[in-house]
Amino acid sequence: MSGASNSGAIIETDGLTREFRVRDGKRRRVLTAVDGLTVRIEPGEAVGYIGANGAGKSTTIKMLTGILVPTAGRVLTCGLRPVPDRRRLARQVGVVFGQRSQLWWDLPVRESFRILAAIHSLARAEEASRTAELVEQLELASFLSVPVRQLSLGQRMRAEVAAALLHSPRLVILDEPTIGLDVLSKQRLREFLIGERRLHGTTLLLTTHDMGDVERLCNRILVIDHGRLAYDGDLPGLSRTVGAERVLVVDLAEPMPDLTGLDSARHLSSEAGGLRQRLAFDAEQTTAAKVLAAVSDKAQVLDFTMEEPDIEDVVRRIYAASR
Amino acid sequence: MASTRERLRPYRAVLASRARSQRAYRTSFALDLGGSLLVGLVELAEIWVLFSNVTTLGGMSFHQILLVFGLADLAFSLADLFFGHVDTLPAFLRAGTLDAFYLRPQPILLQLITSDISLRRLARAAVGAAALGVGLATSGVSWSPRTAVLVPLSLVSGYATFAALFVWAAGLQFFLLDGSEMTNAFVYGGRYAATQPASVWSRPLKLVFGFFFPMAFTAYLPAVTMLGLPSPQWLPAWLGWCAPAAAAWSWLMALLCWRWGLRHYQGGGG
Repeated sequence: MSGASNSGAIIETDGLTREFRVRDGKRRRVLTAVDGLTVRIEPGEAVGYIGANGAGKSTTIKMLTGILVPTAGRVLTCGLRPVPDRRRLARQVGVVFGQRSQLWWDLPVRESFRILAAIHSLARAEEASRTAELVEQLELASFLSVPVRQLSLGQRMRAEVAAALLHSPRLVILDEPTIGLDVLSKQRLREFLIGERRLHGTTLLLTTHDMGDVERLCNRILVIDHGRLAYDGDLPGLSRTVGAERVLVVDLAEPMPDLTGLDSARHLSSEAGGLRQRLAFDAEQTTAAKVLAAVSDKAQVLDFTMEEPDIEDVVRRIYAASR
Repeated sequence: MASTRERLRPYRAVLASRARSQRAYRTSFALDLGGSLLVGLVELAEIWVLFSNVTTLGGMSFHQILLVFGLADLAFSLADLFFGHVDTLPAFLRAGTLDAFYLRPQPILLQLITSDISLRRLARAAVGAAALGVGLATSGVSWSPRTAVLVPLSLVSGYATFAALFVWAAGLQFFLLDGSEMTNAFVYGGRYAATQPASVWSRPLKLVFGFFFPMAFTAYLPAVTMLGLPSPQWLPAWLGWCAPAAAAWSWLMALLCWRWGLRHYQGGGG
Protein backbone atom coordinates (compact mmCIF):
# COMPACT_ATOMS: atom_id res chain seq x y z
CA MET A 1 0.00 0.00 0.00
CA SER A 2 1.17 3.48 -0.68
CA GLY A 3 1.83 5.48 2.43
CA ALA A 4 0.68 8.82 1.09
CA SER A 5 -2.84 7.66 0.48
CA ASN A 6 -3.75 6.75 4.04
CA SER A 7 -3.91 10.29 5.28
CA GLY A 8 -5.61 13.32 3.85
CA ALA A 9 -8.31 13.62 1.25
CA ILE A 10 -9.41 10.72 -0.91
CA ILE A 11 -10.21 13.05 -3.79
CA GLU A 12 -8.59 16.42 -4.17
CA THR A 13 -8.89 18.61 -7.24
CA ASP A 14 -7.62 22.09 -7.79
CA GLY A 15 -8.78 24.08 -10.77
CA LEU A 16 -9.42 20.85 -12.64
CA THR A 17 -10.28 21.68 -16.23
CA ARG A 18 -10.88 19.68 -19.34
CA GLU A 19 -11.47 21.05 -22.78
CA PHE A 20 -12.44 19.20 -25.93
CA ARG A 21 -11.84 20.38 -29.44
CA VAL A 22 -14.96 19.70 -31.41
CA ARG A 23 -15.70 20.20 -35.04
CA ASP A 24 -18.83 22.22 -35.53
CA GLY A 25 -19.52 22.06 -39.21
CA LYS A 26 -16.37 23.46 -40.75
CA ARG A 27 -15.34 25.45 -37.71
CA ARG A 28 -13.41 24.08 -34.82
CA ARG A 29 -14.30 25.26 -31.39
CA VAL A 30 -13.25 24.46 -27.87
CA LEU A 31 -15.81 23.00 -25.52
CA THR A 32 -15.05 23.20 -21.81
CA ALA A 33 -16.53 20.08 -20.21
CA VAL A 34 -15.08 20.68 -16.74
CA ASP A 35 -14.18 24.20 -15.78
CA GLY A 36 -11.92 24.93 -12.82
CA LEU A 37 -13.33 22.30 -10.47
CA THR A 38 -11.89 22.60 -6.97
CA VAL A 39 -13.19 20.08 -4.49
CA ARG A 40 -11.96 18.00 -1.57
CA ILE A 41 -13.58 14.76 -0.46
CA GLU A 42 -12.57 13.07 2.80
CA PRO A 43 -12.39 9.31 3.34
CA GLY A 44 -15.74 7.82 4.34
CA GLU A 45 -17.91 10.48 2.77
CA ALA A 46 -20.81 9.60 0.50
CA VAL A 47 -21.06 12.22 -2.19
CA GLY A 48 -23.78 12.68 -4.77
CA TYR A 49 -22.38 14.25 -7.91
CA ILE A 50 -25.32 15.60 -9.82
CA GLY A 51 -25.92 17.67 -12.89
CA ALA A 52 -27.79 17.63 -16.16
CA ASN A 53 -26.69 15.48 -19.08
CA GLY A 54 -23.50 16.87 -20.53
CA ALA A 55 -22.73 18.91 -17.40
CA GLY A 56 -19.30 17.28 -17.08
CA LYS A 57 -19.92 14.41 -14.65
CA SER A 58 -18.48 11.61 -16.76
CA THR A 59 -15.53 13.73 -17.83
CA THR A 60 -14.73 14.36 -14.16
CA ILE A 61 -14.91 10.65 -13.37
CA LYS A 62 -12.61 9.86 -16.29
CA MET A 63 -10.07 12.37 -14.99
CA LEU A 64 -10.33 10.98 -11.45
CA THR A 65 -9.57 7.47 -12.71
CA GLY A 66 -6.79 8.32 -15.17
CA ILE A 67 -8.73 7.67 -18.38
CA LEU A 68 -8.55 11.31 -19.43
CA VAL A 69 -5.68 13.75 -19.00
CA PRO A 70 -6.79 17.12 -17.58
CA THR A 71 -6.25 20.17 -19.76
CA ALA A 72 -5.34 22.19 -16.66
CA GLY A 73 -5.41 21.93 -12.89
CA ARG A 74 -4.42 19.25 -10.43
CA VAL A 75 -6.11 16.06 -9.33
CA LEU A 76 -5.18 13.52 -6.67
CA THR A 77 -7.24 10.38 -6.16
CA CYS A 78 -6.38 8.26 -3.11
CA GLY A 79 -3.29 10.46 -2.87
CA LEU A 80 -2.13 9.34 -6.32
CA ARG A 81 -1.88 11.14 -9.64
CA PRO A 82 -4.42 9.25 -11.76
CA VAL A 83 -2.59 9.23 -15.09
CA PRO A 84 1.01 8.35 -14.14
CA ASP A 85 -0.05 6.19 -11.15
CA ARG A 86 -3.00 4.57 -12.90
CA ARG A 87 -2.04 0.98 -12.15
CA ARG A 88 -1.53 1.58 -8.44
CA LEU A 89 -4.72 3.61 -8.30
CA ALA A 90 -6.71 0.82 -9.95
CA ARG A 91 -6.11 -1.35 -6.88
CA GLN A 92 -7.80 1.22 -4.64
CA VAL A 93 -10.72 2.36 -6.78
CA GLY A 94 -13.79 0.51 -8.02
CA VAL A 95 -15.95 2.01 -10.76
CA VAL A 96 -19.44 1.04 -11.89
CA PHE A 97 -20.62 2.43 -15.20
CA GLY A 98 -24.39 1.98 -15.29
CA GLN A 99 -24.48 2.03 -19.07
CA ARG A 100 -21.42 -0.09 -19.78
CA SER A 101 -20.58 -3.55 -18.64
CA GLN A 102 -17.28 -4.54 -17.13
CA LEU A 103 -18.30 -8.18 -17.05
CA TRP A 104 -17.64 -10.77 -19.75
CA TRP A 105 -20.82 -10.91 -21.76
CA ASP A 106 -20.73 -14.61 -22.65
CA LEU A 107 -19.37 -15.92 -19.35
CA PRO A 108 -21.23 -16.93 -16.21
CA VAL A 109 -21.17 -14.33 -13.44
CA ARG A 110 -19.03 -16.60 -11.28
CA GLU A 111 -16.40 -16.86 -14.02
CA SER A 112 -16.24 -13.05 -14.37
CA PHE A 113 -15.59 -12.77 -10.64
CA ARG A 114 -12.84 -15.40 -10.85
CA ILE A 115 -11.11 -13.49 -13.66
CA LEU A 116 -11.42 -10.18 -11.81
CA ALA A 117 -9.95 -11.77 -8.68
CA ALA A 118 -6.99 -12.86 -10.81
CA ILE A 119 -6.72 -9.38 -12.33
CA HIS A 120 -6.54 -7.84 -8.87
CA SER A 121 -4.21 -10.57 -7.59
CA LEU A 122 -6.49 -11.55 -4.73
CA ALA A 123 -5.20 -14.46 -2.65
CA ARG A 124 -7.43 -17.54 -2.87
CA ALA A 125 -8.76 -17.18 0.66
CA GLU A 126 -9.44 -13.47 0.18
CA GLU A 127 -11.16 -14.18 -3.13
CA ALA A 128 -13.39 -16.83 -1.58
CA SER A 129 -14.42 -14.78 1.45
CA ARG A 130 -15.03 -11.53 -0.44
CA THR A 131 -16.98 -13.30 -3.20
CA ALA A 132 -19.11 -15.07 -0.59
CA GLU A 133 -19.74 -11.76 1.19
CA LEU A 134 -20.83 -9.97 -1.99
CA VAL A 135 -22.91 -12.90 -3.22
CA GLU A 136 -24.79 -12.95 0.05
CA GLN A 137 -25.32 -9.22 0.43
CA LEU A 138 -26.26 -8.55 -3.19
CA GLU A 139 -28.28 -11.77 -3.42
CA LEU A 140 -26.46 -13.12 -6.44
CA ALA A 141 -26.53 -16.82 -5.57
CA SER A 142 -29.50 -17.69 -7.80
CA PHE A 143 -27.82 -16.54 -11.03
CA LEU A 144 -24.11 -17.11 -10.42
CA SER A 145 -23.85 -19.70 -13.18
CA VAL A 146 -25.92 -17.73 -15.71
CA PRO A 147 -24.08 -15.97 -18.56
CA VAL A 148 -24.13 -12.20 -18.10
CA ARG A 149 -26.01 -11.58 -21.37
CA GLN A 150 -29.01 -13.53 -20.00
CA LEU A 151 -29.37 -11.48 -16.80
CA SER A 152 -32.13 -8.97 -16.19
CA LEU A 153 -31.01 -5.37 -15.81
CA GLY A 154 -31.42 -5.49 -12.03
CA GLN A 155 -29.40 -8.69 -11.77
CA ARG A 156 -26.71 -7.36 -14.06
CA MET A 157 -26.33 -4.13 -12.10
CA ARG A 158 -25.92 -6.07 -8.86
CA ALA A 159 -23.30 -8.24 -10.55
CA GLU A 160 -21.56 -5.11 -11.89
CA VAL A 161 -21.44 -3.60 -8.42
CA ALA A 162 -20.05 -6.82 -6.96
CA ALA A 163 -17.43 -6.91 -9.74
CA ALA A 164 -16.31 -3.36 -9.00
CA LEU A 165 -16.12 -4.00 -5.26
CA LEU A 166 -14.44 -7.42 -5.38
CA HIS A 167 -11.01 -6.01 -4.61
CA SER A 168 -12.36 -4.03 -1.64
CA PRO A 169 -11.56 -0.58 -3.04
CA ARG A 170 -11.32 2.40 -0.67
CA LEU A 171 -13.16 4.57 -3.15
CA VAL A 172 -16.18 3.43 -5.14
CA ILE A 173 -17.38 5.57 -8.02
CA LEU A 174 -20.82 4.78 -9.39
CA ASP A 175 -21.99 6.37 -12.63
CA GLU A 176 -25.80 6.17 -12.78
CA PRO A 177 -25.97 2.91 -10.81
CA THR A 178 -29.77 2.81 -10.51
CA ILE A 179 -30.72 3.91 -14.01
CA GLY A 180 -33.55 1.79 -15.37
CA LEU A 181 -33.91 -0.31 -12.20
CA ASP A 182 -37.27 -1.14 -10.66
CA VAL A 183 -38.12 0.12 -7.19
CA LEU A 184 -37.16 -3.08 -5.40
CA SER A 185 -33.80 -3.41 -7.19
CA LYS A 186 -33.00 0.22 -6.44
CA GLN A 187 -33.79 -0.29 -2.79
CA ARG A 188 -31.66 -3.43 -2.53
CA LEU A 189 -28.73 -1.73 -4.18
CA ARG A 190 -28.99 1.32 -1.92
CA GLU A 191 -29.19 -0.85 1.18
CA PHE A 192 -26.13 -2.74 0.08
CA LEU A 193 -24.14 0.45 -0.50
CA ILE A 194 -25.17 1.83 2.89
CA GLY A 195 -24.04 -1.42 4.53
CA GLU A 196 -20.76 -1.53 2.61
CA ARG A 197 -19.98 1.99 3.68
CA ARG A 198 -20.83 1.33 7.33
CA LEU A 199 -18.87 -1.93 7.41
CA HIS A 200 -15.72 -0.95 5.48
CA GLY A 201 -15.71 2.85 5.64
CA THR A 202 -15.78 2.93 1.84
CA THR A 203 -15.98 6.36 0.24
CA LEU A 204 -18.80 6.67 -2.29
CA LEU A 205 -19.04 9.06 -5.20
CA LEU A 206 -22.11 8.62 -7.31
CA THR A 207 -23.66 10.39 -10.23
CA THR A 208 -27.39 10.00 -10.58
CA HIS A 209 -30.59 11.46 -11.91
CA ASP A 210 -32.51 9.86 -9.09
CA MET A 211 -33.14 12.15 -6.11
CA GLY A 212 -33.95 9.05 -4.07
CA ASP A 213 -30.36 7.83 -4.45
CA VAL A 214 -29.09 11.16 -3.17
CA GLU A 215 -31.52 11.31 -0.25
CA ARG A 216 -30.84 7.81 0.99
CA LEU A 217 -27.16 7.42 0.23
CA CYS A 218 -25.39 10.75 0.32
CA ASN A 219 -24.36 13.06 3.11
CA ARG A 220 -22.98 15.60 0.69
CA ILE A 221 -24.02 16.87 -2.70
CA LEU A 222 -22.01 18.47 -5.44
CA VAL A 223 -23.96 20.04 -8.27
CA ILE A 224 -22.09 20.62 -11.49
CA ASP A 225 -23.48 22.80 -14.21
CA HIS A 226 -21.74 23.57 -17.49
CA GLY A 227 -18.54 22.18 -16.00
CA ARG A 228 -18.64 24.43 -12.94
CA LEU A 229 -19.38 23.60 -9.36
CA ALA A 230 -22.76 25.18 -8.66
CA TYR A 231 -23.40 23.80 -5.19
CA ASP A 232 -21.46 21.97 -2.47
CA GLY A 233 -23.31 21.04 0.70
CA ASP A 234 -26.01 18.81 2.17
CA LEU A 235 -29.48 18.02 0.84
CA PRO A 236 -31.56 20.28 3.14
CA GLY A 237 -29.21 23.12 2.20
CA LEU A 238 -29.76 22.33 -1.45
CA SER A 239 -33.53 22.41 -1.02
CA ARG A 240 -33.20 25.73 0.83
CA THR A 241 -31.01 27.14 -1.91
CA VAL A 242 -33.37 26.25 -4.70
CA GLY A 243 -36.52 26.62 -2.64
CA ALA A 244 -37.64 23.31 -4.00
CA GLU A 245 -41.22 22.53 -3.24
CA ARG A 246 -42.18 19.05 -2.21
CA VAL A 247 -45.19 17.37 -3.70
CA LEU A 248 -47.78 15.32 -1.80
CA VAL A 249 -50.03 13.07 -3.87
CA VAL A 250 -53.30 12.07 -2.19
CA ASP A 251 -55.80 9.39 -3.28
CA LEU A 252 -59.28 10.29 -2.11
CA ALA A 253 -62.30 8.08 -1.35
CA GLU A 254 -64.59 10.16 -3.58
CA PRO A 255 -64.04 12.51 -6.50
CA MET A 256 -63.53 16.02 -5.17
CA PRO A 257 -63.26 19.42 -6.79
CA ASP A 258 -59.69 20.74 -6.93
CA LEU A 259 -58.35 21.38 -3.41
CA THR A 260 -57.37 24.95 -4.10
CA GLY A 261 -58.30 26.55 -0.80
CA LEU A 262 -55.53 25.17 1.43
CA ASP A 263 -53.29 27.58 3.38
CA SER A 264 -50.31 25.27 3.56
CA ALA A 265 -50.26 23.85 0.04
CA ARG A 266 -50.87 24.76 -3.55
CA HIS A 267 -52.96 22.61 -5.86
CA LEU A 268 -50.96 21.38 -8.88
CA SER A 269 -53.20 18.95 -10.75
CA SER A 270 -56.03 16.45 -10.47
CA GLU A 271 -56.55 13.06 -12.06
CA ALA A 272 -59.49 10.69 -12.40
CA GLY A 273 -62.02 13.46 -11.90
CA GLY A 274 -60.46 14.56 -8.63
CA LEU A 275 -59.81 11.12 -7.08
CA ARG A 276 -56.06 11.79 -7.13
CA GLN A 277 -54.68 15.26 -6.52
CA ARG A 278 -51.14 16.64 -6.42
CA LEU A 279 -50.33 19.34 -3.87
CA ALA A 280 -47.10 21.32 -3.63
CA PHE A 281 -45.84 22.74 -0.35
CA ASP A 282 -42.77 24.49 0.96
CA ALA A 283 -40.89 22.15 3.29
CA GLU A 284 -39.48 25.14 5.17
CA GLN A 285 -42.90 26.51 6.12
CA THR A 286 -44.89 23.39 6.86
CA THR A 287 -44.70 19.60 6.94
CA ALA A 288 -46.27 16.83 4.90
CA ALA A 289 -48.22 15.78 8.01
CA LYS A 290 -49.82 19.22 8.35
CA VAL A 291 -50.79 19.30 4.69
CA LEU A 292 -52.25 15.83 5.01
CA ALA A 293 -54.24 16.89 8.06
CA ALA A 294 -55.58 19.91 6.18
CA VAL A 295 -56.67 17.68 3.30
CA SER A 296 -58.28 15.19 5.71
CA ASP A 297 -60.51 17.97 7.03
CA LYS A 298 -62.01 18.33 3.58
CA ALA A 299 -61.98 14.78 2.23
CA GLN A 300 -61.36 11.19 3.19
CA VAL A 301 -57.78 10.24 2.25
CA LEU A 302 -57.27 6.59 1.26
CA ASP A 303 -53.57 6.74 0.42
CA PHE A 304 -50.76 9.22 -0.14
CA THR A 305 -47.25 9.35 -1.58
CA MET A 306 -44.47 11.91 -1.73
CA GLU A 307 -43.02 12.79 -5.12
CA GLU A 308 -39.26 13.07 -5.24
CA PRO A 309 -38.01 16.42 -6.52
CA ASP A 310 -36.68 16.02 -10.02
CA ILE A 311 -32.93 16.45 -10.26
CA GLU A 312 -33.12 18.18 -13.58
CA ASP A 313 -35.49 20.65 -11.96
CA VAL A 314 -33.19 21.21 -8.98
CA VAL A 315 -30.24 21.79 -11.29
CA ARG A 316 -32.25 24.14 -13.45
CA ARG A 317 -33.23 26.19 -10.40
CA ILE A 318 -29.65 26.30 -9.13
CA TYR A 319 -28.48 27.47 -12.49
CA ALA A 320 -31.16 30.11 -12.61
CA ALA A 321 -30.29 31.23 -9.06
CA SER A 322 -26.57 31.52 -9.74
CA ARG A 323 -27.05 33.75 -12.77
CA MET B 1 7.80 -8.68 -5.39
CA ALA B 2 5.13 -10.92 -6.85
CA SER B 3 6.34 -14.05 -8.58
CA THR B 4 6.17 -14.33 -12.37
CA ARG B 5 3.41 -16.88 -11.98
CA GLU B 6 1.35 -14.46 -9.95
CA ARG B 7 2.07 -11.66 -12.40
CA LEU B 8 0.82 -13.78 -15.31
CA ARG B 9 -2.30 -14.90 -13.46
CA PRO B 10 -4.61 -12.15 -14.82
CA TYR B 11 -3.68 -12.85 -18.45
CA ARG B 12 -3.89 -16.63 -17.98
CA ALA B 13 -7.33 -16.35 -16.38
CA VAL B 14 -8.78 -14.33 -19.29
CA LEU B 15 -7.17 -16.37 -22.07
CA ALA B 16 -8.12 -19.72 -20.52
CA SER B 17 -11.74 -18.67 -20.20
CA ARG B 18 -11.84 -17.30 -23.77
CA ALA B 19 -10.41 -20.58 -25.07
CA ARG B 20 -12.87 -22.60 -22.99
CA SER B 21 -15.88 -20.65 -24.18
CA GLN B 22 -14.85 -21.05 -27.85
CA ARG B 23 -14.66 -24.81 -27.49
CA ALA B 24 -17.84 -25.04 -25.40
CA TYR B 25 -20.11 -25.62 -28.38
CA ARG B 26 -18.49 -28.40 -30.35
CA THR B 27 -20.50 -28.06 -33.54
CA SER B 28 -20.01 -24.35 -33.73
CA PHE B 29 -16.31 -24.68 -33.01
CA ALA B 30 -15.98 -27.37 -35.70
CA LEU B 31 -17.73 -25.06 -38.20
CA ASP B 32 -15.39 -22.22 -37.24
CA LEU B 33 -12.39 -24.46 -37.78
CA GLY B 34 -13.84 -25.64 -41.11
CA GLY B 35 -14.40 -22.07 -42.30
CA SER B 36 -10.91 -21.06 -41.36
CA LEU B 37 -9.48 -24.15 -43.09
CA LEU B 38 -11.37 -23.21 -46.24
CA VAL B 39 -9.93 -19.68 -46.24
CA GLY B 40 -6.43 -21.13 -45.95
CA LEU B 41 -7.05 -23.60 -48.78
CA VAL B 42 -8.51 -20.95 -51.09
CA GLU B 43 -5.43 -18.81 -50.62
CA LEU B 44 -3.22 -21.78 -51.34
CA ALA B 45 -5.30 -22.65 -54.41
CA GLU B 46 -4.68 -19.16 -55.75
CA ILE B 47 -0.99 -19.98 -56.10
CA TRP B 48 -1.76 -23.35 -57.61
CA VAL B 49 -4.03 -21.73 -60.22
CA LEU B 50 -1.34 -19.19 -61.00
CA PHE B 51 1.19 -21.94 -61.58
CA SER B 52 -1.09 -23.85 -63.91
CA ASN B 53 -0.37 -20.97 -66.31
CA VAL B 54 3.28 -20.23 -65.61
CA THR B 55 6.23 -22.33 -64.57
CA THR B 56 8.17 -19.75 -62.63
CA LEU B 57 7.25 -16.56 -60.83
CA GLY B 58 9.91 -14.05 -59.87
CA GLY B 59 12.54 -16.71 -60.42
CA MET B 60 10.83 -19.27 -58.20
CA SER B 61 9.22 -22.60 -59.02
CA PHE B 62 5.88 -23.77 -57.62
CA HIS B 63 7.58 -25.71 -54.83
CA GLN B 64 9.79 -22.78 -53.93
CA ILE B 65 6.75 -20.51 -53.77
CA LEU B 66 5.13 -23.09 -51.50
CA LEU B 67 8.05 -22.58 -49.14
CA VAL B 68 7.50 -18.80 -49.15
CA PHE B 69 3.75 -19.21 -48.76
CA GLY B 70 4.18 -21.72 -45.92
CA LEU B 71 6.60 -19.56 -43.96
CA ALA B 72 4.47 -16.44 -44.35
CA ASP B 73 1.09 -18.03 -43.82
CA LEU B 74 2.07 -20.08 -40.78
CA ALA B 75 3.60 -17.00 -39.13
CA PHE B 76 0.59 -14.84 -40.05
CA SER B 77 -2.01 -17.37 -38.88
CA LEU B 78 -0.34 -17.72 -35.50
CA ALA B 79 -0.08 -13.95 -35.14
CA ASP B 80 -3.73 -13.65 -36.15
CA LEU B 81 -4.64 -16.27 -33.54
CA PHE B 82 -3.13 -14.26 -30.70
CA PHE B 83 -3.29 -10.68 -32.02
CA GLY B 84 -6.03 -10.58 -34.68
CA HIS B 85 -8.65 -8.98 -32.40
CA VAL B 86 -6.30 -6.10 -31.56
CA ASP B 87 -6.96 -4.29 -34.83
CA THR B 88 -10.72 -4.20 -34.15
CA LEU B 89 -9.96 -1.44 -31.66
CA PRO B 90 -12.96 0.76 -32.59
CA ALA B 91 -15.25 -2.04 -31.40
CA PHE B 92 -13.46 -2.00 -28.04
CA LEU B 93 -13.80 1.79 -27.90
CA ARG B 94 -17.50 1.70 -28.67
CA ALA B 95 -18.24 -1.01 -26.11
CA GLY B 96 -16.34 0.89 -23.42
CA THR B 97 -14.00 -2.08 -22.96
CA LEU B 98 -10.98 0.15 -23.24
CA ASP B 99 -12.21 2.30 -20.35
CA ALA B 100 -12.64 -0.87 -18.32
CA PHE B 101 -8.98 -1.71 -19.04
CA TYR B 102 -8.01 1.60 -17.45
CA LEU B 103 -9.63 0.49 -14.20
CA ARG B 104 -7.45 -2.61 -13.94
CA PRO B 105 -3.89 -2.68 -12.68
CA GLN B 106 -2.24 -4.01 -15.85
CA PRO B 107 -0.79 -2.22 -18.88
CA ILE B 108 -3.54 -1.35 -21.38
CA LEU B 109 -1.86 -2.94 -24.41
CA LEU B 110 -1.15 -6.20 -22.61
CA GLN B 111 -4.77 -6.35 -21.49
CA LEU B 112 -5.96 -5.72 -25.03
CA ILE B 113 -3.69 -8.40 -26.51
CA THR B 114 -4.67 -11.00 -23.93
CA SER B 115 -8.36 -10.11 -23.99
CA ASP B 116 -9.14 -12.67 -26.68
CA ILE B 117 -7.76 -15.53 -28.74
CA SER B 118 -9.11 -17.04 -31.99
CA LEU B 119 -8.62 -20.78 -31.77
CA ARG B 120 -10.26 -21.30 -35.15
CA ARG B 121 -7.15 -19.88 -36.78
CA LEU B 122 -5.40 -23.11 -35.83
CA ALA B 123 -6.98 -24.66 -38.94
CA ARG B 124 -5.44 -22.01 -41.13
CA ALA B 125 -2.11 -22.38 -39.40
CA ALA B 126 -2.31 -26.08 -40.26
CA VAL B 127 -2.59 -25.19 -43.97
CA GLY B 128 0.45 -22.95 -43.62
CA ALA B 129 2.37 -25.66 -41.77
CA ALA B 130 1.51 -28.24 -44.43
CA ALA B 131 2.60 -25.89 -47.23
CA LEU B 132 5.81 -25.19 -45.37
CA GLY B 133 6.46 -28.92 -44.86
CA VAL B 134 5.94 -29.71 -48.54
CA GLY B 135 7.93 -26.66 -49.57
CA LEU B 136 10.87 -27.60 -47.38
CA ALA B 137 10.85 -31.18 -48.65
CA THR B 138 10.49 -30.50 -52.37
CA SER B 139 11.92 -27.07 -53.19
CA GLY B 140 15.58 -28.13 -53.13
CA VAL B 141 16.57 -26.41 -49.91
CA SER B 142 20.26 -27.02 -49.29
CA TRP B 143 20.16 -28.55 -45.83
CA SER B 144 22.82 -27.41 -43.43
CA PRO B 145 23.01 -26.32 -39.78
CA ARG B 146 22.52 -22.78 -41.09
CA THR B 147 19.22 -23.72 -42.72
CA ALA B 148 18.12 -25.54 -39.58
CA VAL B 149 18.62 -22.27 -37.68
CA LEU B 150 17.13 -20.05 -40.38
CA VAL B 151 13.75 -21.83 -40.56
CA PRO B 152 12.72 -21.32 -36.91
CA LEU B 153 14.40 -17.90 -36.88
CA SER B 154 12.31 -16.66 -39.77
CA LEU B 155 9.13 -18.22 -38.37
CA VAL B 156 9.55 -16.54 -35.00
CA SER B 157 10.53 -13.21 -36.59
CA GLY B 158 7.68 -13.44 -39.08
CA TYR B 159 5.24 -14.11 -36.27
CA ALA B 160 6.57 -11.10 -34.35
CA THR B 161 6.43 -8.90 -37.46
CA PHE B 162 2.81 -9.76 -38.22
CA ALA B 163 1.87 -9.38 -34.56
CA ALA B 164 3.43 -5.91 -34.62
CA LEU B 165 1.39 -5.10 -37.72
CA PHE B 166 -1.84 -5.70 -35.79
CA VAL B 167 -0.69 -3.46 -32.92
CA TRP B 168 0.48 -0.85 -35.42
CA ALA B 169 -2.99 -0.88 -36.99
CA ALA B 170 -4.64 -0.57 -33.57
CA GLY B 171 -2.52 2.47 -32.71
CA LEU B 172 -3.60 4.19 -35.92
CA GLN B 173 -7.26 3.34 -35.35
CA PHE B 174 -7.37 5.70 -32.38
CA PHE B 175 -7.26 8.43 -35.02
CA LEU B 176 -9.25 6.71 -37.74
CA LEU B 177 -12.34 5.43 -35.98
CA ASP B 178 -13.58 3.90 -39.22
CA GLY B 179 -10.07 3.41 -40.44
CA SER B 180 -9.92 -0.36 -40.55
CA GLU B 181 -10.25 -0.08 -44.35
CA MET B 182 -7.00 1.81 -44.39
CA THR B 183 -5.15 -0.37 -41.91
CA ASN B 184 -6.44 -3.55 -43.57
CA ALA B 185 -4.55 -2.43 -46.65
CA PHE B 186 -1.25 -2.95 -44.92
CA VAL B 187 -2.26 -5.74 -42.51
CA TYR B 188 -3.95 -8.05 -45.02
CA GLY B 189 -2.23 -6.50 -48.02
CA GLY B 190 1.00 -7.12 -46.13
CA ARG B 191 0.11 -10.73 -45.52
CA TYR B 192 -0.62 -11.20 -49.21
CA ALA B 193 2.60 -9.49 -50.21
CA ALA B 194 4.51 -11.69 -47.79
CA THR B 195 3.38 -14.85 -49.59
CA GLN B 196 4.67 -13.55 -52.94
CA PRO B 197 8.24 -13.32 -54.22
CA ALA B 198 9.44 -9.76 -53.69
CA SER B 199 11.38 -9.95 -56.94
CA VAL B 200 8.19 -9.33 -58.90
CA TRP B 201 7.27 -6.20 -56.95
CA SER B 202 7.54 -2.77 -58.49
CA ARG B 203 9.97 -0.33 -56.91
CA PRO B 204 7.40 1.56 -54.79
CA LEU B 205 6.06 -1.76 -53.56
CA LYS B 206 9.58 -2.88 -52.69
CA LEU B 207 9.99 0.22 -50.58
CA VAL B 208 6.64 -0.13 -48.83
CA PHE B 209 6.52 -3.87 -48.24
CA GLY B 210 10.25 -4.51 -48.45
CA PHE B 211 11.30 -2.05 -45.79
CA PHE B 212 8.60 0.16 -44.24
CA PHE B 213 6.27 -2.74 -43.51
CA PRO B 214 9.03 -5.36 -43.76
CA MET B 215 6.99 -8.15 -45.32
CA ALA B 216 9.78 -9.44 -47.55
CA PHE B 217 11.68 -10.38 -44.39
CA THR B 218 9.00 -12.72 -43.10
CA ALA B 219 9.32 -15.36 -45.82
CA TYR B 220 10.76 -14.37 -49.17
CA LEU B 221 14.23 -13.21 -48.14
CA PRO B 222 14.86 -16.15 -45.77
CA ALA B 223 13.62 -18.50 -48.52
CA VAL B 224 16.04 -16.96 -51.04
CA THR B 225 18.86 -17.57 -48.56
CA MET B 226 17.75 -21.15 -47.86
CA LEU B 227 17.50 -21.93 -51.56
CA GLY B 228 20.68 -20.12 -52.52
CA LEU B 229 18.87 -18.21 -55.27
CA PRO B 230 20.30 -15.07 -56.91
CA SER B 231 19.09 -12.06 -54.96
CA PRO B 232 16.88 -9.42 -56.57
CA GLN B 233 17.68 -5.76 -56.99
CA TRP B 234 17.81 -3.76 -53.70
CA LEU B 235 17.44 -6.93 -51.64
CA PRO B 236 20.83 -8.67 -51.13
CA ALA B 237 20.79 -12.28 -49.95
CA TRP B 238 22.26 -11.62 -46.51
CA LEU B 239 19.05 -9.76 -45.68
CA GLY B 240 17.55 -13.23 -45.18
CA TRP B 241 19.29 -13.26 -41.80
CA CYS B 242 17.91 -9.87 -40.84
CA ALA B 243 14.33 -11.00 -40.14
CA PRO B 244 14.78 -10.33 -36.38
CA ALA B 245 15.83 -6.76 -37.16
CA ALA B 246 12.70 -6.34 -39.29
CA ALA B 247 10.59 -7.65 -36.41
CA ALA B 248 12.27 -5.23 -34.01
CA TRP B 249 11.64 -2.32 -36.40
CA SER B 250 7.99 -3.31 -36.73
CA TRP B 251 7.55 -3.45 -32.96
CA LEU B 252 9.27 -0.11 -32.55
CA MET B 253 6.84 1.48 -34.99
CA ALA B 254 3.89 -0.42 -33.51
CA LEU B 255 4.64 0.70 -29.97
CA LEU B 256 5.23 4.29 -31.07
CA CYS B 257 1.89 4.32 -32.88
CA TRP B 258 0.16 2.68 -29.94
CA ARG B 259 1.57 5.20 -27.51
CA TRP B 260 0.72 8.04 -29.79
CA GLY B 261 -2.83 6.72 -30.21
CA LEU B 262 -3.33 6.16 -26.50
CA ARG B 263 -2.19 9.71 -25.74
CA HIS B 264 -4.61 10.98 -28.33
CA TYR B 265 -7.39 8.98 -26.67
CA GLN B 266 -6.58 10.39 -23.24
CA GLY B 267 -6.24 13.82 -24.77
CA GLY B 268 -2.80 14.44 -23.35
CA GLY B 269 -1.40 15.83 -26.56
CA GLY B 270 0.04 13.80 -29.42
